[in-house]
Amino acid sequence: MINVNKIREDFPILNREVNGKPLIYFDNAATSQTPKQVIDVIVDYYSNYNANIHRGVHTLSQEATDLYEEARLKIQKHFNAKHSYEIILTSGTTHGINLVANGFSSLIKKGDEVLVSALEHHSNIVPWQMLCERTGATLKVIPMNDNGELIMSEYEALLSEKTKLVFVNHISNALGTINPIKQMIEMAHKVGAAVLVDGAQSCPHLKSDVQELDVDFYVTSAHKMCGPTGVGMLYGKEEWLNKLPPYQGGGEMIDQVTFEKTTYAGLPHKFEAGTPNICGGIAFGAAVDYMNAIGFENIASYEHELLEYATQQLLKIEGLKIYGTAKEKTSVISFNVEGIHPYDIGTILDKLGIAVRTGHHCAQPIMDFFKIPGTVRASFAFYNTKEEIDALVEGVKTAKMMLS
Amino acid sequence: MTISEIQEELIDEFSMFDDWQERYQYMIDLGKSLPLIDPKYKTEDNIITGCQSKVWVHAEMNGDKVEFTADSDAIITKGIIAILIRVFSNQHPKDIIEGNTDFIDEIGLKEHLSPTRANGLVSMIKKIKMYALAYQTQLK
Repeated sequence: MINVNKIREDFPILNREVNGKPLIYFDNAATSQTPKQVIDVIVDYYSNYNANIHRGVHTLSQEATDLYEEARLKIQKHFNAKHSYEIILTSGTTHGINLVANGFSSLIKKGDEVLVSALEHHSNIVPWQMLCERTGATLKVIPMNDNGELIMSEYEALLSEKTKLVFVNHISNALGTINPIKQMIEMAHKVGAAVLVDGAQSCPHLKSDVQELDVDFYVTSAHKMCGPTGVGMLYGKEEWLNKLPPYQGGGEMIDQVTFEKTTYAGLPHKFEAGTPNICGGIAFGAAVDYMNAIGFENIASYEHELLEYATQQLLKIEGLKIYGTAKEKTSVISFNVEGIHPYDIGTILDKLGIAVRTGHHCAQPIMDFFKIPGTVRASFAFYNTKEEIDALVEGVKTAKMMLS
Repeated sequence: MTISEIQEELIDEFSMFDDWQERYQYMIDLGKSLPLIDPKYKTEDNIITGCQSKVWVHAEMNGDKVEFTADSDAIITKGIIAILIRVFSNQHPKDIIEGNTDFIDEIGLKEHLSPTRANGLVSMIKKIKMYALAYQTQLK
């Protein structure tokens, strides 16, 4: 059970006003808010531990290193990776994807195929297009149906011995669809393809077990799950991470350097060139702790309740259409009101203190599929309430009245 | 009327409203009086980038003055471009280039001036001034 009033006390930002109205934050799929338990860790780090890690012999450096590595262990435990060195701390999901895409340049060749789902965020399309341009491999798209679900029979038909990589998001940021990744991974493995799952949208809603999924790579960002921006993680199976060449050169990622030859450090440091976002990594660990203390089962059931309620209430508005009606979906509602541009609705809602996302959500191909310029997207978190959803519904009605 | 006279007029009109809702309603109404762009100019080239909604602006010389027409697929954006066109259309290129846009703050629409704002008000002003600059060069 979630005691939402108590949880809301953890989020200082929820007390502020926007345009003279109490803030209602429904842009959680873009970034989640930060609880004071995480903010305190950030303040504590810079107040007491700030130092560079992994090389100083002095106490501060060692303490900071311990905190950073402790955070890696928390993240490892959370995602149930076999080894802590399979967790690469990155600057975020996009960084993780690019690291893998770049590494695969040396592993795939002309004639090979890379599959991406039709539900992808731009950050999950462009790196693969670039990879295919570099290598001569072919990019193929797993299509979706009108509900925003991937068509599994089409996916099966696309898989062959030519398939080297499959990229799919766990949950679509634009529509909220939860993809059947376990099944998709199994199918890809049968033809010998590796799978990278983008977990940016799933990590705030459910707990992924990378060993149970048998996924080859899994990426996410801390800021989607109550952590700070600018930090994330890439999980990779040890054998895959060993196969990939380093992505960036720099300090921390080397073993021996001479002008003739450099040998690289082992995992995870091979992929962690330069001074990392130390404070961010530690705060990521604190965010994982915070969310686990609330409990992912509690979060999922409460958010499901919010989703059902919001869906029912919004659909009462005449002319409102929801995009993404998959059976398995998370607490994201993408909608339009007939004859009204999503930007106009978003602007009016902002005047009412309600933060939603409008536009194509970095997923233009999905918008093209539905032949719309974009949608209004309201995405709910465990600290949102039904009263806030009521205010959203009233806000959409006000916008409709003003704009039609 | 000069650019600053039109701006004063707009400030007067907007000062009648007490709350944002009335201001926005008025802006939406102004959008309805926008001199619409000829559909043949609704090309990709005339789309102003930096906007979440589509905005097209076209300019023509009429004597020694620049005349603007425009359109948008979003109603609020249409209101914003209508205000700009009311201020800057049928003016000498030099006056358009030199014209300031402080009145936007005074009519209570300052939030649209932020460069992070997806409506691209800043881009619209830039486009209008670019047209004026091009025509001024021609006049010389």
